Amino acid sequence: MKFLCVDCDRQMAFEERRLPGDGTLAATFKCPQCGRTVAMLTNPMETQLVSSLGVEIGGRTVPAQPLETVRKMVATGRDDAFDDEGGRADGRTGGPTWSTDAQERLARVPSFVRGMVKKIYADYARDRGIAEITPVVMDSARAELGLEGM
Amino acid sequence: MPRIRTYHDLTEPDRSGLPEQIGVQRRRVAERLAGVRRVIAVMSGKGGVGKSYVTAHLSRALARAGRSVGVLDADLNGPTIPRLLGVNHSPLPTPQGAVEPATGADGVKCISMALLLEDGAPLAFRGPETESFVWRGALEASALREFLGDVAWGALDVLLLDLPPGMQRYVELCDLLAQPPPVLTVTIPTPESRDAVRRAMRAARERGSQLLGVVENMVGGEFPGSAGDDLAGEFGVPILARLPWRPTPDAWAGLAGRL
Repeated sequence: MKFLCVDCDRQMAFEERRLPGDGTLAATFKCPQCGRTVAMLTNPMETQLVSSLGVEIGGRTVPAQPLETVRKMVATGRDDAFDDEGGRADGRTGGPTWSTDAQERLARVPSFVRGMVKKIYADYARDRGIAEITPVVMDSARAELGLEGM
Repeated sequence: MPRIRTYHDLTEPDRSGLPEQIGVQRRRVAERLAGVRRVIAVMSGKGGVGKSYVTAHLSRALARAGRSVGVLDADLNGPTIPRLLGVNHSPLPTPQGAVEPATGADGVKCISMALLLEDGAPLAFRGPETESFVWRGALEASALREFLGDVAWGALDVLLLDLPPGMQRYVELCDLLAQPPPVLTVTIPTPESRDAVRRAMRAARERGSQLLGVVENMVGGEFPGSAGDDLAGEFGVPILARLPWRPTPDAWAGLAGRL
């Protein structure tokens, strides 16, 4: 799907994606010539269909995690299906600490996907030299990496 | 009204990159299976003929013959392979960006939705329930893709894919793999099974899969018929095994030796 600015005959460029949390999605596109912006709004079913393909509108901000779609989308996964504590993808070990508030927030993530989410936040902090993950760091990561819903 | 260019007329860069993301997914599958010498789909088109039972015991026989073997349980809604392979649940490690498969009897590696679901729970997805028919198929295809591409299969001589009844999962496989997988077909002797399996074999052949042969299961019991001979003759393929209700280890070894 593309958006064309008819007046300028220019393809509109993807600008931003938002997942407000009600199952819908909003993505904005801007004409590079005249600056006109439009928003594409999808209903929950359309949003789900895109998610089902394992792709991200607007492009990926973090590499795909193993069994990512299964872990994000399966509602009946067992709590202890995965052992994600074995280190990060590039083999580096050790990692940032988690503040109490951040741990509490992480505990609210469904357990089936929690290990994967924890790893993404930890990698984000490591890559930026952040020693302690706090809710502020989590918010930054969400905004920067597009981790809506995590 | 000015002329509006069509989708294919557009040449500007696509920041969303959806085609590229799909391409990455496909490459991931290809790279993960690069160390697998043979991928074989075990299918039937008919439910209840013993596909999973045959798959599990065949995999063990291959392993006992010295092959390195994996089983991908593609029956996402009725997974049974872990139980048949005697896999005890333990959390699956996820090192190096991949999930380690579980290891069952005789060292057979396996991945299955049964390893990931709560005990006794059906496979249920998050999302709007009212239109689930629209997206559920896509989600199951994605799960199959991730089982192929996100599991650290390593070097295998054979990866057996245990398909559910019907043709949908086979079609998805053909879309995901570089080429249609060779197919081992399982039937029971009855004419009803023959008719259903015939359709599956025809579809597989039309898709370009090599038909390796027919395994006739549950022979000599309550199910009369000649489905094995009928199908083998019709498609010009061998009968790889006729399995009684309680096959001996030699029967499985014989089947393994014919692949």
